[in-house]
Amino acid sequence: MNSKAYSLFLKDFKSELRTRYAINALAMFIIVAISVILFSVGNEKISASLTGGLFWVVIFFTAMSGLSRAFVSEEERGTTLALQLVAAPTTVFSGKLIFNIILVFAMNTVIAILYSAMFDAFVIQNFLLFLTSFVFGNIGLAVSSTIIAAIIAKAGAKGTLYPVLAFPILLPLILTSVQLTLFAIDGISFERAKFELAIVVSYDVIMLTASYMLFDFIWKE
Amino acid sequence: MIWKIFLFLLLAFVSVAGISFPIVENPTRWYEFPLIPGLEENAKIIFFHVPTAWLTVIAFLMSTIYSFKYLRKKNLDDDVKSYAAAQLGMIFCILATVTGAVWAKFAWGSYWSWDPRQTSIFALLLIYGAWFALRSSIESEEKRATLSSVYSMIAFVTVPFFIFIMPRIMSGLHPGSADDSNAGPVVNFKMNGNMQLIFFLSMIGFTVLYFWMWNVGYRSMLLKEKLDKKLIRG
Amino acid sequence: MINYSLEASGLNKSFGRRLIFNDLQFKFDKSGVYGISGPNGSGKSTLVKIIAGIIGASQGKIFHKLDEKEIAEEHIHNHIGFVSPYLVLYEEFTTYENLKLFADIRGVKFNQERVDYLLNKFLIFKRKDDLLKTYSSGMKQRVKFIFALMHSPQLLILDEPTSNLDDEGKNSVYEIVKEEGQKNIVLIASNEKNDLELCDDTVYLEKYKN
Repeated sequence: MNSKAYSLFLKDFKSELRTRYAINALAMFIIVAISVILFSVGNEKISASLTGGLFWVVIFFTAMSGLSRAFVSEEERGTTLALQLVAAPTTVFSGKLIFNIILVFAMNTVIAILYSAMFDAFVIQNFLLFLTSFVFGNIGLAVSSTIIAAIIAKAGAKGTLYPVLAFPILLPLILTSVQLTLFAIDGISFERAKFELAIVVSYDVIMLTASYMLFDFIWKE
Repeated sequence: MIWKIFLFLLLAFVSVAGISFPIVENPTRWYEFPLIPGLEENAKIIFFHVPTAWLTVIAFLMSTIYSFKYLRKKNLDDDVKSYAAAQLGMIFCILATVTGAVWAKFAWGSYWSWDPRQTSIFALLLIYGAWFALRSSIESEEKRATLSSVYSMIAFVTVPFFIFIMPRIMSGLHPGSADDSNAGPVVNFKMNGNMQLIFFLSMIGFTVLYFWMWNVGYRSMLLKEKLDKKLIRG
Repeated sequence: MINYSLEASGLNKSFGRRLIFNDLQFKFDKSGVYGISGPNGSGKSTLVKIIAGIIGASQGKIFHKLDEKEIAEEHIHNHIGFVSPYLVLYEEFTTYENLKLFADIRGVKFNQERVDYLLNKFLIFKRKDDLLKTYSSGMKQRVKFIFALMHSPQLLILDEPTSNLDDEGKNSVYEIVKEEGQKNIVLIASNEKNDLELCDDTVYLEKYKN
C-alpha cells in the first residue's frame, strides 16, 4: 500500500519535472507576495508581531495558488479515470498527500528564508518552538489543502473557489500557527505554548482521519 | 391552522412585550423588567438576538445532519432538506450578526470588536458562504449533493477548534462569556420571572417558526423539482 | 480455466432524478465474450463504469467473484482491464513509461515479456519510447489496450473498442478478444454490428427503462 502511494508520488514528481505545472507558478507567487508586502510597507518600521501575522498571509496565499494542482491537473487532462482503474482511493489520496506535503515544506522553507532576509523585525527567539510549530502547521496545511483540492477538482471549478473553500477550514490552524509564531518571536518557552501545540497536532490528526474517511465519497462519483 | 394563528399571536405578544415593557430598578408589577447593571435598556435585545443565534445553530446543525444522512443513503430529498435548513440558517445568521453588531455599538461602543462570539459567527458566515458558492458552481445534482455534503462534514470537524482556541486568542466582552465582568450567565440569575417567561416564549415561538419555514421551504423545493421533471417530459 | 463470475442483481441507476436503467439482472459465470447494447444515451458507458467500480449504482449491486469468493471492493480494480474512448493516459510520458508507472501504482510486477508481446501485437513496438502526445488517436487507442491487458485481468471491459481504429487495428482487437474470450470474461459495450457478432450473449439496455 505504501509503495503504491509512493509510486504515484514519483509519477507526479516526474510529471512535475517535465511540465513544471506547479513549481514555476509557486516560485513566482512567493516572490510576488513578498514584494507586495515590501512595497506596501515602504520605509515604515513594522513590528515583530505584524511580521509574524504577515508570514502566514504569504504562506496561505502561496498554498492556495499551487496546491490544488495535485487533483485539478488529473481532472483537466482527463486522467482521473486511469488512476481510478489502477488504484484504490486511499492509495490515490496518500500519493497526492505525499506530493503536497513535500511541496508545502519546500515552499514554506523558501518563504521562511526569504522572509527573514527581508524583514529585520522577523527575529525568532525560540527557534525550536518555531520549528516544531512550522512542521505541524505545514502538515495540517497540506492535509486540508489536499482534501479541498479533491473537492474543487470534482466540482470543475478551478482557481477562484479554492481559497474561498479552504480558508474557513484552515482558519483554526492559521490562527493557532500565527499565535505560535508570535510566541517563538517573543521567546516564550515550550511549557507555555503546549496548549497551542496540542491544538495544532490534534488538528492534523483529526483532519487526516476525516480526509481519509471522506475521500472515497469524492473520488467515486 | 389553529396553531398558525396561535403562533402569530404568540410572536406578536413577544414582540410588543419585549419592546415596550419598562425596565425599572425594583420591579413590582407583572410587566416590569429588572435593571441589569451594565446592560440597562440594551438588555431587551435578548428577546430577539438570542433566538436568532439559537436558530442559526439549530439550522446549521440540521443541515449538517441531513448532509451526513445523504452521504449514507444517497437520497436526494435529504440534500434538499439540508439545503433548505442552510438557507434559513444563513438568514438567521445574518440577523444575529446584524442585531448583535447594532447592540454592540451601544453596549461596547463599536459595531465590531472581534469578540470570540463575533469571530465564531463570522467563521460560520464564511463556511456557509463558501458552501453556497460551491453548490452554485456544480451543475449535476448528485455531484452537488455529494461534494457539498463532504464539505459540511469537513467544516463540522473544525468547529471544536474554534471553541477551544477563541477564548485563548481574544478576550470576551459578550454577556455570559468567561471573562464577562458582570460574571454569571444573564439568563439564569439576572432576569426575573416575567423576563424569563417572555424570553422562553420568544425562544419557543421562533423555534416553531423556524420548523414551519423549513418545512414549507423543502417541500416547495421538492414540488418545484417534480414540476420541472413533468414539464421536461411533456 | 478461471472461475471468475460477474453478476448484477436489481441494478438501478439514476442521475439526479433521471432514470438510466432499472432492475437490471445478468450473470456471466463462464469465460466468453458478452455484449452490452443499446442506442446512444441508453447508459452503456454508465453500466460499464458501475461494473468497473468507478461510479456507484443507485440501487442493487454488482458481484465480482473469484473461485466463489466475493472480491472486496478495494481490490476489484486489479482484476479488471478497461478500454474506452474517454480513457486518457499521461501524455507527458512515453508508452513504455506509462505502462511501467501504472504497473508500479497498481503494485504488480512489470511483466516485460507480456508488454513486449502486446506492443508487437498492436504494432507499436517501434514507437514505445515516444511521448504519448505525439501519437495519433488511433495509436493512443492501441496503447489503452496494452494498458488494459498487461496485468492479465480476468475481466476485460471494452467500451466502444473499435472507435478510432483502422482495419489493421480492428483486426488486432478482434484477435485479442477471441483469444481472451477463451479463458477470461470479455465484456463489449458497443453499437457496432461487427463488435456484437463476437458475443455469445448480449444485454439489451432498452429493456430496462422502467
